[in-house]
Amino acid sequence: MIDLLKTYGLYFLVGQFPQGPLGGLALTILLGLAALLLALPLGILLALARLSRRRLLRWPVTAVIYVVRGTPLLMVIFWAYFFLPVLTGQKTGQVTTMLAALVLFNGAYLAEVVRAGIQGIPRGQTEAARSLGLGYALTLRRIVLPQALRNMLPSLVNQFVTTLKETSLGYIIGLQEVAFIASQVNSQVLVHPVAVYGTLALTFFALCFGLSRVAYALEKRLARRPLELPVLLS
Amino acid sequence: MIEFHDVNKFYGKYHALVGITETIERGEVVVICGPSGSGKSTLIRTINRLEEIDSGRILVEGRDIHAPEIDLDRFRSGIGFVFQQFNLFPHLTVLDNCTLAPIHLRGLSPAEARERALAVLDRVGVADKASVFPATLSGGQQQRVAIARALVMEPPLMLFDEPTSSLDPEMVGEVLLVIRNLAHQGMTLVCVTHEMGFAREVADRVLFMDRGAILERGSPQEFFDHPQQARTRKFLADIRSPFGRE
Amino acid sequence: MAQFDFSIVTTGEFRGWLVSGFLLSLRLTCITWILSLPIATAIALCRLSSVAMLRGAGAVFVEGIRNIPLLVHLLFWYFAMPELLPETARTWLYDHGAESICAVIALTFYTSSYMAEDIRSGIRAVPATQLEAARALGFGYLASMRRVVLPQAVRIVVPPLISQTLNLWKNTSITTVIGTAELMYQAQRVETASFRGVETFGVTTLAYLSVSLVITALALWFHHRFPVRAT
Repeated sequence: MIDLLKTYGLYFLVGQFPQGPLGGLALTILLGLAALLLALPLGILLALARLSRRRLLRWPVTAVIYVVRGTPLLMVIFWAYFFLPVLTGQKTGQVTTMLAALVLFNGAYLAEVVRAGIQGIPRGQTEAARSLGLGYALTLRRIVLPQALRNMLPSLVNQFVTTLKETSLGYIIGLQEVAFIASQVNSQVLVHPVAVYGTLALTFFALCFGLSRVAYALEKRLARRPLELPVLLS
Repeated sequence: MIEFHDVNKFYGKYHALVGITETIERGEVVVICGPSGSGKSTLIRTINRLEEIDSGRILVEGRDIHAPEIDLDRFRSGIGFVFQQFNLFPHLTVLDNCTLAPIHLRGLSPAEARERALAVLDRVGVADKASVFPATLSGGQQQRVAIARALVMEPPLMLFDEPTSSLDPEMVGEVLLVIRNLAHQGMTLVCVTHEMGFAREVADRVLFMDRGAILERGSPQEFFDHPQQARTRKFLADIRSPFGRE
Repeated sequence: MAQFDFSIVTTGEFRGWLVSGFLLSLRLTCITWILSLPIATAIALCRLSSVAMLRGAGAVFVEGIRNIPLLVHLLFWYFAMPELLPETARTWLYDHGAESICAVIALTFYTSSYMAEDIRSGIRAVPATQLEAARALGFGYLASMRRVVLPQAVRIVVPPLISQTLNLWKNTSITTVIGTAELMYQAQRVETASFRGVETFGVTTLAYLSVSLVITALALWFHHRFPVRAT
């Protein structure tokens, strides 16, 4: 087992880097982070569209969200795999494909989280802002969203955990993320599948469990002192 | 300054405002009182269109506030509104609460806005709390900050929707004092309140509402000492005696 | 732009592949669901038990499984677990459709851990005062649970469980990684053979959506018919 780690440890962590593109655990984490950071603005836009008073905006967006959420992520990945090259006119890398699929998929999920967050802000806040003369956009930008996003932080961390797990699906299109690397190692070593896949499982466990504890701690802190969070963060 | 012309509002089948016709002059201090559910909050909220009406007209400084060409945000920035629940922005400091609107709506530089805000916060007596967050303040302090936040925009008209109803009794006085000072400075104020002592001392006119209609109106003396309607008399008697009629 | 010819996938051999894949996906979903629910209930009760060891075991089960992606579960059960089996068992496994068996095992563990949490939350969401009130009226513990607590818990638990069923349906697509011949696997197969990406994946997406929408409609109906009333 120790020999396994010594021989393949680095490969597991960073893939073929620097002789090749980044892979392994590093790719998993970076891809997950990038996907979440890009999905959040998309989620906010979709949530605002869902809350809009204009039916022409609300209905199509609601339909898109329902369709994306009813489709397996793997399906979305395949759509991206086959049609991004057609859209962009050039061959699309696996990372880009995976990123696009993850951003779209998580954006649709985050839309619901953001929507709930916005609707959870007391109406008095919006009334006070509008009474001062602050317009719709300004109220949203300076009063509603800052508070909603702060309240949503634990949910966002949990969504990050989900996204990290979702990166493993890149395996199926040959993306060199950590599960794919583990399989490569296994096909070389052949006689220790339990050790190899066990290590893979433990890695994900450590990463995801750790992050979910962070989310839990954040949630408890927010519940205890909701209005003093700015003080804690400043 | 404010004119109501036969204003009606319905919540479904419930007739919340019944044929309201009234004029409030510039510089007047008007107190609106009445039992729960009489429509007094609804009425004051129609003035800055937090509530919409179903029929009738409301004019502020001669202009129909429901005309399509009205810029609603601009209109609202000229009216100060103070809520029963304060509604301060918890993620901003006291100072930022007060400078947000002047910077974005009046084009003031942050420094100018800061100066103006501090002066107003001083007027209401909470200048020393400028850099703290609202959660650390008492109810009375928070409401005074809310008043300052509205005042910084230098509105010609201030509306108060039960400003002291959420406060512990010992803090009511400090807020009423601030409002009284505003009255003495000649501002046009409309105040929904249960504080009868305040009404007596500060109001130019008192409006009594019951079940959506203005039942009685008059100077404080007329209202408190010689109420005309039986309903008004009952209301005054109820609030004077803590146990109601035996 | 090439002409789209949907008849390629709606008739003939390819249609047969897709239909068999769809049916297997449904079978995987149903079998997993039937196995997961009792396991999930048992785990939930463990976590609510007054015995610390049971609570700990339940927590380990849930956290251990949920923090590992389904893909990794599948890889483990298909590539690693058989190595731990005695020779005869392993041969039997490979003779009887190891792909589907391992798929169901992985899916069952994964789904039951999520369902366990939903069931636990549901039971906990019924205020303790409800049980107290029932006892105060004179009902025994079991009668109180049956008449007062569980009916309220069921109402709370069903929507998240329907949501998990939706996830399960979508998760069956991931079993393609170990070669389970369900819908996604067949779709890839058809696409490789026919070079018709749009038609194949279009029809496959619709197939997934059809069941997803039925499940979502069920959730909405339940919410409409049995709303959770505030006490």
